[in-house]
Amino acid sequence: MNARTVSAGLGVSIVGFLLLVALTAGWIAPHDPFEQDLMKRMIPPAWMDGGSVEHLLGTDQLGRDYLSRLIYGARISLLIGTLTVVTSGLIGTALGVVGGYFGGRTDDIVMFVITCRLAIPLILVALTVVALIGSSLTVVVLTLGLLLWERFAVVARTTTMQVRNLDYVAAARAAGASTPHILLREILPNIMTHLVVVATLEMALAILLEAALSFLGLGVPPPLPSWGLMIAEGKDYMFFSPWVIVVPGVALFVLVFGINLLGDGLRDFLGVSQRR
Amino acid sequence: MKPVLEIENLRVGFADGTAAVRGVSLKVARGETHCLVGESGCGKSVTALSTMNLLARGARRSADVMRFHDYDLTSLSDRDMARLRGDKIAMIFQEPMTSLNPAYTIGSQMAEVLERHRRVSRAKGLERAADLLGRVGITAPGMRLAQYPHQLSGGLRQRVMIAMALMCEPELLIADEPTTALDVTVQAQILRLLQELQRELGLALLLITHDLGIVARMAQRVSVMYAGQVVESGSAEALFRAPTHPYTRGLLACVPIPGKTPRDQPLGSIPGVVPRIGPGFVGCAFRDRCAHAEPACGGTVPRRTVAADHDAVCTMVPA
Amino acid sequence: MIEVRDVYRHFGGRTGLFSADRVVRAVDGISFSLAKGGVLGIVGESGCGKSTLGRLILGLLPTTSGDIRVEGQSLADLDRRERARLIQPIFQDPYSSLNPRQRIRDIVGLPLAAQGAMPAAKQRAEVMDMLARVGLSAEMAERYPAQLSGGQRQRVAIARALVLRPRIVVCDEPTSALDVSVQAQILNLLADLRRELGLTYIFISHNLAVVEHVATEVAVMYLGRFVEQAASDDLFREPRHPYTRALLASVLTAEPGIAIPDVGLGDIYPDPANIPSGCRFHPRCPIAADRCRIESPIRPPKNGRIAECLFASDPVRIQS
Repeated sequence: MNARTVSAGLGVSIVGFLLLVALTAGWIAPHDPFEQDLMKRMIPPAWMDGGSVEHLLGTDQLGRDYLSRLIYGARISLLIGTLTVVTSGLIGTALGVVGGYFGGRTDDIVMFVITCRLAIPLILVALTVVALIGSSLTVVVLTLGLLLWERFAVVARTTTMQVRNLDYVAAARAAGASTPHILLREILPNIMTHLVVVATLEMALAILLEAALSFLGLGVPPPLPSWGLMIAEGKDYMFFSPWVIVVPGVALFVLVFGINLLGDGLRDFLGVSQRR
Repeated sequence: MKPVLEIENLRVGFADGTAAVRGVSLKVARGETHCLVGESGCGKSVTALSTMNLLARGARRSADVMRFHDYDLTSLSDRDMARLRGDKIAMIFQEPMTSLNPAYTIGSQMAEVLERHRRVSRAKGLERAADLLGRVGITAPGMRLAQYPHQLSGGLRQRVMIAMALMCEPELLIADEPTTALDVTVQAQILRLLQELQRELGLALLLITHDLGIVARMAQRVSVMYAGQVVESGSAEALFRAPTHPYTRGLLACVPIPGKTPRDQPLGSIPGVVPRIGPGFVGCAFRDRCAHAEPACGGTVPRRTVAADHDAVCTMVPA
Repeated sequence: MIEVRDVYRHFGGRTGLFSADRVVRAVDGISFSLAKGGVLGIVGESGCGKSTLGRLILGLLPTTSGDIRVEGQSLADLDRRERARLIQPIFQDPYSSLNPRQRIRDIVGLPLAAQGAMPAAKQRAEVMDMLARVGLSAEMAERYPAQLSGGQRQRVAIARALVLRPRIVVCDEPTSALDVSVQAQILNLLADLRRELGLTYIFISHNLAVVEHVATEVAVMYLGRFVEQAASDDLFREPRHPYTRALLASVLTAEPGIAIPDVGLGDIYPDPANIPSGCRFHPRCPIAADRCRIESPIRPPKNGRIAECLFASDPVRIQS
């Protein structure tokens, strides 16, 4: 039991716990996250003066139960993280595998596209797109998904180049296998472990970017309880009621921290089993 | 004459419970080549590494005797051992590319050995390096000193490794498959070189190899290893004249000899695979693959003398 | 059965904006033909182009020029399925030649699946039959490569190569990564299968002793060319090229009391991007004369033998 195992275990626990929370939000949330009660505005968390057990983490400026909003917010963060990674993973992996396998002119084109993407200022374009089209969950996911694929592409490309030269790929070609078969059955499964590690990093990034967009008012539209939006809504009250931003801020930190620990753990674990 | 290296009952176990080396004893005298021969996983490299105290973490080593001259290697501190390595005991590995640092020139890596062990100035170190490169048959040593490892061919790199091992005038040279990564013509050149140097400098050479051809041409003494044990040992002459252990005989039958092995007949081969040796393994590890196995092979098999200077661990040897 | 005519394969050209042209002549004019049931052993040291030649014959790499014909059909005209039915490979390292993410039955079944239109049950039966032929038990079919030993993996690779019943098998150092006891098992298996299935082998190796044991015909390759080629017995009895002699001398047989030979090739390393003029072997040749630097030793084959040495017909000089 060394430090690495402990931190990987911590990552698994955090992400697993928050995933469970997100999936069972409908049952475990004590209140309706959208129900406003202007009589109960800005109740502090239970452990502070004036707090009540009914609202463990207090209420916000519209009197909505903060714990319930936080629980439903986990859903939004994980949903956006997952959908974004699936979108960007598909794009990046496809580009990287094709460039890495075929090489030559095809690879030049793929490299050019990657370079172009790297030259795009991420936040600025995301802001512009969302500002132009209007904010919705779908728009946020698609915008982030269409922008965050470059690391997938780079990793898929280099790992494909390594695998392409292995004899089992040559054997498959000599066996008369089609190119789709070679890409999907011979190469993809053998670069998957690297892509999974990238996916965790990208997921953490996507969650943070969503929070940033929501904070700027260009992410998921209110009244959806996104953690970034909660911070944005709370910012006017932070000097008098700091918990309104501390609570979602800590939640965001814990989730991203957990995902990163999980990613590191996966890299160690999968890296070891790759050795022969 | 007292041997330069003496090992008795060396045992090495790994954290996962496998016994890699199970009671290996061997001696190497001054001016003698002792070949440790066996297939992958038989424990020959682990034996060499444990002599140098270079085993991976998690491996446990114990021995009744492990002596280099008057140094007791079992009780030597890590610091004293590090001082001995590369100085009085030198080692050459299979892949010279991974044992040379790609970021430094040949000259600076060679001179550094002397600086570290002998507190000799860089200029003196370079001078000796150039000397030795010439000695190992490298033309234009002055130019090579300024080159980086990747600029040299595999054969040249192995020559550099040999020269580097000789920097401090070692008394014991441990060579772990020094020619396996090389082409056959280069292999012959490197082996000739090792043989010449050894005769000239009176080195004790512990040569680890899987190739019986190399053993036949290089060794004065041979230890055949199988599953962590020396199953047969003796002078090269005796062992090749009368190979006794069925494993040794099997190995010899596996290698075709041009002009002698009949073309249309199958080669001799050894069926089956090496068993996994866990703690508490008893009996002959070769019995499952042996054509002469009998019930007695499942018990403890003693080491018996075949002839003067030749012994084997097999029930077939009369007590 | 197979006919290779004037095959060249060059790599490179300009590698970058500022680098000079650097053309690697990996295969530099090779012709041979091999009858059904024959075994052509191709021997040479690393970098001589023997693996590239193997890949050209397998159609994994296009030739720069030249023609490879199998049973009268040009390889260039065949589609991947037709080619797979004619020629199959066995590679050196059974650790990298099997996809670690697939079960043995899928690995061996791949050539059949790639042909298409074979019922699953029939494919399975063929795979099991082939596994039995190479000496693997039926339960191996469900395992992954990591659960097998090196020798077992190489048997799987052989089963995959033979499941389509090809005419020609290109064995690229099939036993060099294996322990000697396993090497003998695999060589015996290959010999048995050749007899049973009427196969023709192209057997690439750096180990002359192994080649002598398996080959009916031997070609010695140096810097992209067959510098000597002859029937196995003739070549080993009476080598006509100094390089062949050096290779033969370098074989260390397990016979004690014989000194290690002085092969006398010096430490000049052959570079396929910079092939010497005249005889390509002259910088390393112990018997080279002045004319070897200028005059090409390439001659048409005589009595089925190739020996690209100006002194090939001068036995006294060659033996020295």
